[in-house]
Amino acid sequence: MSTTAIISKTAAAIDRALADGRTALVGYLPAGFPDVQTTIDAAVALAENGVDVIEIGIPYSDPVMDGQVIQAATVQALQNGFRVRQVFDIVAGITARCDAAVLVMTYWNPVMRMGVDEFSRRLAEAGGAGLITPDLIPDEAAEWFEASDKYGLDRVFLVAPSTSPERMAMTVKASRGFVYAVSLMGVTGARANVSDAAQRVVEAAHAAGAERVCVGLGVSKAEHVREIGEYAEGAIVGTALVAALGSQGVDAVGRLAAELSSGTPRSRTGA
Amino acid sequence: MTQSPDKPSGTLPDTADAFLAAGGTLRHAPGPYFGNYGGRWMPESLIAALDELADTFDKAKADPEFTGRVAELNRNYSGRPSLLTEAKRFAAHAGGARIFLKREDLNHTGSHKINNVLGQALLAQRMGKTRLIAETGAGQHGVASATAAALLGLECVVYMGAEDCRRQALNVARMELLGATVVPVTAGSQTLKDAINEALRDWVANVHNTHYLLGTAAGAHPFPAMVRYFHEVIGEEARAQILEQTGRLPDAVCACIGGGSNAIGIFHGFLDDRSVQLYGFEAGGEGVESGRHAATITLGRPGVLHGARSYLMQDEDGQTIESHSISAGLDYPGVGPEHAYLADIGRASYEPVTDSEAMDAFRLLCRTEGIIPAIESSHALAGALRVGKRLTEGRKNPQDVIIVVSLSGRGDKDVATAAEWFNLLEKDTPEAEIGAEGEQL
Repeated sequence: MSTTAIISKTAAAIDRALADGRTALVGYLPAGFPDVQTTIDAAVALAENGVDVIEIGIPYSDPVMDGQVIQAATVQALQNGFRVRQVFDIVAGITARCDAAVLVMTYWNPVMRMGVDEFSRRLAEAGGAGLITPDLIPDEAAEWFEASDKYGLDRVFLVAPSTSPERMAMTVKASRGFVYAVSLMGVTGARANVSDAAQRVVEAAHAAGAERVCVGLGVSKAEHVREIGEYAEGAIVGTALVAALGSQGVDAVGRLAAELSSGTPRSRTGA
Repeated sequence: MTQSPDKPSGTLPDTADAFLAAGGTLRHAPGPYFGNYGGRWMPESLIAALDELADTFDKAKADPEFTGRVAELNRNYSGRPSLLTEAKRFAAHAGGARIFLKREDLNHTGSHKINNVLGQALLAQRMGKTRLIAETGAGQHGVASATAAALLGLECVVYMGAEDCRRQALNVARMELLGATVVPVTAGSQTLKDAINEALRDWVANVHNTHYLLGTAAGAHPFPAMVRYFHEVIGEEARAQILEQTGRLPDAVCACIGGGSNAIGIFHGFLDDRSVQLYGFEAGGEGVESGRHAATITLGRPGVLHGARSYLMQDEDGQTIESHSISAGLDYPGVGPEHAYLADIGRASYEPVTDSEAMDAFRLLCRTEGIIPAIESSHALAGALRVGKRLTEGRKNPQDVIIVVSLSGRGDKDVATAAEWFNLLEKDTPEAEIGAEGEQL
C-alpha cells in the first residue's frame, strides 16, 4: 500500500499552526449534542477561535474510554435521536463553513456495522479528514488500512504510557495525520494538571519517528496547552468544551476556545 | 504484521464435521482468534496488561506448581469433582431419555463461577497485583470474586448495575460480608454490560496494581481462552463420569448460555466427540419475536463489544441493544467468541428458551428431583426436555438416548423471583416486592 501519495488534511492543518509559531489546538465535540445544527455551529465557533483540528465524536452505547461528562452528553445525543449517518451531515456542514481539518472520533462497532468501506467513502465525500479510533488498535485494523488508503483518510491511533517500545514503533508507523498521545492511564475528563507521563509518551513517539504528536486526556486550560506545546505538536481538549456547550451554549464554546488558544504561541522555534 | 479478522486463523476449520472425521481437534483453541471471532478490540492503554496476562497465563499453564494449586483448591475448597446425578423422574418428561445433571450447583458459592475466579485470582497474585475488580449481573460472579479475594487476601471491588443491585440486594450483602466493595453503576442501562464498561474504566486507571477478573468467556484475548481453560474441568469430569455410569458417551450435552462460560467449559470435554451433539440455550426472554430477549446467536449479528468480535445484539447503527431475561446471569447482549465460531462451523447448536419455558423447567426439577436450580440453569433444563423429546421421537427404546445437562448453579438466589412468578407470595410482603422487582427486567 502506498501512503506517500496521500496528502493528510490533518497534518496540513497542524503544519499551518506550527508554521505560524503556534501549537496546534484540537477540539472535541460529540455529534448531535444536543442536536446536529448546534454541533455544526459549535464546531465553527471552535474554528473561528483558533482551533486547527476539529474532532467530532459519534455517540455510542458503550463508551469505555469516556468519563462522566462525555458519557452524559452522548447519552443525551442518543436520547435526542442521533443517528450515525448524521455525522456525515455534520462533517459536511462544518467543512462548508471553515477550513479546519475535521476528524471523526468513533468506537469501532458503528463503523463495522455500516461497513468500513462504506463509512470511509461517505466520510471522505463529506470532506472529513479521517478517524480517531479509541478502541481499534493497528493489529485489528486491516480493513481500515485498506479503506483509509483508498479514500485518502487519516488514521489517528492512540498511544499510552503503558505502550511498549515495539507497539509504539508499530503504531507510529500505522498512523497518519498525527499520533494521539494519551496523557495518563484513565478515561476522558478535565483534570487540574496534565500528567507527567504525557511528556514521556510524546518523547517515545517522536523517537519512534512520529512527526506530529498531540496530547489528550485531562487537557482543559490555556496553561495546559502552553505546557504541552513545549514538547508536542498539538493539544487536544474535549471534556471542558463539552461542559461549556452543555451549560452555556455555542458562544461559551467560542470563548473557551479563544482562551485555550491564548496558550498556543510557542516559546521556541522548531519542534 | 496485521491480522485480518475476516480470515480464519488457519489452524481452525470452516466446518466441523469433516475436520473431526479426519482426526482434527477443536480442543484447546488458544485464541486470539476463533475463526472470524475473538481478537483484541480494546484501547491501546490496556494492551500491555492483556499481553502481561496472556504471558502469565501461558507460563502458569505449563507450571506444575500452578496447576497443582488450582487442582488442590478445586478439590479441597470448591468441593470438586462435582457430582453427576441421574434425574430419573425429571427425565420422564423428556420422552423417556436418560438425563444426567452435572452438579455445578454443589460447588462452593453455588455455581460454576468459582472455577474461573480461583484460577484468575491465582494469576493476579502471580503478577503481583493486589486488587481485583469484577463485574456482576445476578451477583454470582461478584460473590465468587469476593470469595476468591478473601481467600487470597486481595482487595476486591465489584461493579454492579444499580438496577441489579436493587433486585439482588442479598447478593450485595453477601459480597460486603466477604469484604468486597460493591459499586452501583448508574450509567447506561444500569445492568451487566454497563457494569463491564465501568470495570474497564477502572482497569484503565488502575492497571498497575489491579487485575480485571472477567466473569465469562468473552472479552479481549486472552480472556475467552483463559476463562474456558479454568472451566474445562466441568467437561473433563462430566465425560469421565458419564462413561463410568453408562459405559458410553452421551447423545447430547445441554447448557445455558449468556456470555457462555459454563457452556464452553462443559462443551470442551466433548468437542472432538463427533457423535455428541452440543446445545447452547440462550435466554429467549418474552419470546424472540417480542424483541425482549437475550438470544444473541439466534438473532444477533457479528460486531465488536467489550474487546471481542462476536455475535452481538445491535441496532442498524451498531449501538448495543439492551437484552432482557428473567435470569440476570443470561441478561447480556453479547456472547463469547468461541461460541460464535462453534455456531458458524456447525459444531454446536444454539436455540432460545423463553422465560416461561425456563420457569416451567425450574418448577419441574424442584418437584421431581428435590433440586432448586438457578433460573440460568433452568434454560438448559428446558432445552434438555426439548432435545430429549426430539431425540426419542419414534424410538422403541427411548432410554437409549443419554443427555448430560450442565446444572450451572443453585437457585437459592432466585427464590423471590420464582415465588413471584408462581404467585406463591402474600401480596404486600417485602418478599413479594423483591420478587416483583426481580421479574421486571
